[in-house]
Amino acid sequence: MSTEGYTTADGRKIGGVLMEMKNITLRFGGVKAITDISFDIREGEIRAIIGPNGAGKSSMLNVISGFYVPQEGEVWFRGQKRAPMRPYEVARQGIARTFQNIALFEGMTVLDNIMTGRLTLMETGLAAQSLWWGKAQREEVAHREKVEKIIDFLEIQPIRKTPVGRLPYGLKKRVELARALAAEPKLLLLDEPMAGMNVEEKEDMCRFILDVNDEFGTTIALIEHDMGVVMDLSDRVVVMDYGKKIGDGTPDEVRSNPDVIRAYLGVEHA
Amino acid sequence: MLYREAGDFKTSYVKDSQTFPIKADRMAYFALLAVAFGVVPFFINDYWANAVFVPFLIYAIAAIGLNILTGYCGQVSLGTGGFMAVGAYACYKLMTGFPDLPMLLNVLLAGGITAGVGVLFGLPSLRIKGFYLAVATLAAQFFLVWLFNKVPWFYNYSASGQITAPERTMFGIAVTGANTPAWAKYLFCLVILVALAWLARNLTRGMVGRKWMAIRDMDIAAEIIGVNPLTTKLSAFAISSFFIGVSGALFFSVYLGAAEVGEAFGIQKSFLILFMIIIGGLGSMFGSFAGAAFLVLLPVFLKNVLVGGLGWPTDLAAHIELMIVGGLIITFLILEPHGLAQLWRVAKEKLRLWPFPH
Ligand SMILES: Nc1ncnc2c1ncn2[C@@H]1O[C@H](COP(=O)(O)OP(=O)(O)O)[C@@H](O)[C@H]1O
Ligand SMILES: [Mg+2]
Repeated sequence: MSTEGYTTADGRKIGGVLMEMKNITLRFGGVKAITDISFDIREGEIRAIIGPNGAGKSSMLNVISGFYVPQEGEVWFRGQKRAPMRPYEVARQGIARTFQNIALFEGMTVLDNIMTGRLTLMETGLAAQSLWWGKAQREEVAHREKVEKIIDFLEIQPIRKTPVGRLPYGLKKRVELARALAAEPKLLLLDEPMAGMNVEEKEDMCRFILDVNDEFGTTIALIEHDMGVVMDLSDRVVVMDYGKKIGDGTPDEVRSNPDVIRAYLGVEHA
Repeated sequence: MLYREAGDFKTSYVKDSQTFPIKADRMAYFALLAVAFGVVPFFINDYWANAVFVPFLIYAIAAIGLNILTGYCGQVSLGTGGFMAVGAYACYKLMTGFPDLPMLLNVLLAGGITAGVGVLFGLPSLRIKGFYLAVATLAAQFFLVWLFNKVPWFYNYSASGQITAPERTMFGIAVTGANTPAWAKYLFCLVILVALAWLARNLTRGMVGRKWMAIRDMDIAAEIIGVNPLTTKLSAFAISSFFIGVSGALFFSVYLGAAEVGEAFGIQKSFLILFMIIIGGLGSMFGSFAGAAFLVLLPVFLKNVLVGGLGWPTDLAAHIELMIVGGLIITFLILEPHGLAQLWRVAKEKLRLWPFPH
């Protein structure tokens, strides 16, 4: 694969490297969650990370978003090596994410949850906001308009004012995606966005992910279990097993990789 | 007129995020303000000012302050009494050290000083949460009371160890000291409460409030969307302490006139304010008012009915008050964590749909 990018099977142009993980190793005490893994994520692509439970996929996203600091390896983002940073600093760089076990603000309404997503884009300080005057109010309205577009896009208008704690699981997942989208991220990380959903909800979610990538040009890295979904959605796939990378390439390449087949058929760890 | 939101369509996002989205609520609010400013001052006497209005106004400020910290930002504090003491003693030192400062400025500066102290004692919240933070703030409570008792400089070396408010005026009218008219005490506190409540409401409905609530609901997720936990928690401590400091300054200078720290600002005060926001409603501006009103009025009511009306002994009425408050705290914590504010909301919801239950 060249550094210039490539063109996908469906004709989308993929750009240069947006994020590069170089030789990442992450240990928890004696447990090696990730062993010497390198891969890159290119501008505009949908990149999947797959692998059996406990393979280290979520840990990898946590390294990207700053929750875990790897013992070895480098994280490069937009051509620069990243010093270890706190999650909120990562967010300010334009990386948004969702969690495997939904992490919404249960006591707040759907609207307020999504509005929090725009935090990194808002400027009004404490003093100005306490007066709710001029700029503070204009800014609030401008961001509210953006958020309403996302609400329309994800078709969640009727639940705007509902406290998130009262929503069913599938809708919560959608609201969490909305909150991440509200940040207008350059890189969107999705940890098992379709886990626990029924077929219909999965189809909706697939459509949303494709639309986000298509309409906003957002680069997406996602973890998913459902092989069918992964093959449909993603441009390139990283396969992990026991913390190691065992495959990397287009869905077709990965599917015919003998190591991957072995891991998925469970020959080794039956 | 029926209580309805139908026909009251929001045509802009500004209108949608206003404080009272329903017209009837808005009218009620303005009517209340008009009565508070235009009617009550003409009828108020010393009994009503001292028994009901002034303590209510001052406690409401403290309750809003604690609600910002605990209800909105999720940081439990048992140090409210101690922070009120900081406001009181700061105000006292300002009043006696700079006799020419206007009283309003004294009160606001006292709030500012308390905000600084609050940030200092808020630092542990970056490492500890919940029960452990409550214990840390409890330590602050005892430390502050001890400090104001122990260091004579704070009470200007007075023989009694008390602090006494000298007379200070606003526009030539006494607002502290023995000669203060009831209406002046009332109006002074009312103006401060209304202004601070408005600021608090603005903060909580915008991004600052959302950051606080994000930290409260799930601090990990808050961080992932870009909330800096350090500055967010400390801003809650600062603003909450500012409110509580102002309320302490008023409690000492306008309401009591003279105070001894352990008695006026002891641990009971911390619990009293905490009970106000639990009964009123955590994370609700309305709840801060409702809780303060309830706990100010309850003893007055019981005293008038049980002691005055039925001739029961005073101590029995006091015990009954404790039992009622205790029972209510348990009831609200178990059944309705959002307090009176939620009951009020539910009642209005029902009313809005009445007479059709669904
Ligand atoms: N915070 C942690 N502390 C200790 N071990 C962890 C922690 N997070 C993940 N692990 C371990 O790292 C391994 C990979 O976990 P994870 O990344 O969640 O896998 P996946 O998402 O692929 O299912 C597992 O063995 C898990 O127990
Ligand atoms: Mg996982």
